Amino acid sequence: MHQLETLYRQIIMDHYKNPRNKGLLEDDSYIKEHIKNPSCGDDITIQTRIENGRVKDVRHDGSGCSICCSSASVLSTLVKGKSVEEANTYTKNYLNMIMKQPFDETIDLEDALAYQGVTKFPARVKCASIAWKAFEATLKKASE
Amino acid sequence: MMQGRKKDFPILNKQPLVYLDTAASSLTPNAVINKLNEYYKDYPVNVHRGVYKLSYQATEAYHAARQTIADFINASFDEVIFTRGASSALNLVALSYGEQYINAGDEIIVSELEHHSHILPWQQIAKRKNAKLVYIPLSKEGRITVEAFQSVLSNRTKVVALTYVSNVMGYITPIKEIIEIAHQKGAVVSVDAAQAAPHMQLDVKALNCDFLAFSAHKMFGPTGVGILYGKSALLQAMPPVEYGGDMNDNVDLYDGDWKDAPYKFEAGTPPIAEAIGFAEAVRYIQSVGFDAIIKHEQGLRKQAIEGLEAIDGITVYNKEAETGIINFNLDGVHPHDVVSFFDEDHIALRAGHHCAQLLIKWLKVPATLRASFYIYNDASDIETFIDSAKRARSFFSEIGF
Ligand SMILES: Cc1ncc(COP(=O)(O)O)c(C=O)c1O
Repeated sequence: MHQLETLYRQIIMDHYKNPRNKGLLEDDSYIKEHIKNPSCGDDITIQTRIENGRVKDVRHDGSGCSICCSSASVLSTLVKGKSVEEANTYTKNYLNMIMKQPFDETIDLEDALAYQGVTKFPARVKCASIAWKAFEATLKKASE
Repeated sequence: MMQGRKKDFPILNKQPLVYLDTAASSLTPNAVINKLNEYYKDYPVNVHRGVYKLSYQATEAYHAARQTIADFINASFDEVIFTRGASSALNLVALSYGEQYINAGDEIIVSELEHHSHILPWQQIAKRKNAKLVYIPLSKEGRITVEAFQSVLSNRTKVVALTYVSNVMGYITPIKEIIEIAHQKGAVVSVDAAQAAPHMQLDVKALNCDFLAFSAHKMFGPTGVGILYGKSALLQAMPPVEYGGDMNDNVDLYDGDWKDAPYKFEAGTPPIAEAIGFAEAVRYIQSVGFDAIIKHEQGLRKQAIEGLEAIDGITVYNKEAETGIINFNLDGVHPHDVVSFFDEDHIALRAGHHCAQLLIKWLKVPATLRASFYIYNDASDIETFIDSAKRARSFFSEIGF
């Protein structure tokens, strides 16, 4: 039981119980992406506002397990204020980290580092990734 | 009790595992694994084609498998079509029978208990044909009742597509009565027996169903094979849905014609090893016997329900189910969070909507946990499961869920 304990005790419960930047805005300057995991019902929408090449704001909303919902909150706090390029790098690093791929350990993923624990739960990697994938998609849309 | 059954299943002798996900797929016994190996080692060739001895041997084994399964459900040889599984069998009914006989304004009766594989094919036919999908209102408990069925049956009902046993609630549908009433209106009935075939004796003649489908992998058999039973007269009148080798008679430049059922529905090389393994799985079930299976599952179910009920903060959605499926949640905790806890205790449970989103919506929950039992489970598995459920409940409460 130890691994689940460490995973949840840290940052995850805090962001799950007290999500930051939660709730979507009716604002066309935000780019929106909705991702659903049909096998479990996790359902996350990310809204990103980009200004002068920087991530000005990230909002999220949805429903799902604690890993999925908390990771959206952690993501929003981490990438806000970063340049689009940095945000992309952070996202790729995070996704590589949870998928056990090589990643740049010199980049400080802060609270998001807690999710390295999901590598012990391969079936939950998807839960930890969908908010970030949605965010990545908003960046891609913005660049098009 | 099923003393010693665990030894028949190699995976249970390889690692610590309490397997409570039979409703998704059952474990495979040595007898079936050996049978698959026998095909690949001793006569690993195509059927119906070669005129050499080995091909004859494979063809004989494939035929014998069909006969074994036909006998198992009291059907005749020609009424059993090998498919990829229950899903493709149920699709076949919609794509062939539905496509041919459903017209605008006709009604197709279904239920919110259906697996996606028995809703979506008819939903698509209804859309294409401008027919109407009609849902049986479920009882408070979530059951299909004869009365509720009668309340939606009409002179426009052409097809009734219902599950025999719900894969989420474990309820048994009063399908025999429903079939009799449906026939009085001239409707045909398609029965999804994916969760019934592994756990109870089926007799298609006694049921008088028109179509019935199930998969091998939920009843000790291999993946990739299942069957569709169809009444002979119906099958003969239905068009094929796939065309290709083996299903045809004469082929001309601009047209061709087909063999009789079941072959016209089996285009291409069939799942030969799987069909032969499927028949072995049927023999394995018969060696245990349904009376013993039912008694065993009831015992485990009772033990598990009592254990869960003694824990505060757990909701069981189907306390009164007749089969070995328990559908539950830890209040306030997403099932995906819970299932990882069980996983660490080497207990395999299903979390999610179980390919039955309509029922999960009906229950008004985001998802549920499902435990399901079979003959390789024993009382100590249930003790482990209940102990883990207790600790999971404390753990999630303690960390703030
Ligand atoms: C009630 C029911 N119907 C149909 C199916 C579909 O079976 P398969 O996935 O083997 O095609 C399942 C299995 O998930 C089921 O439980």
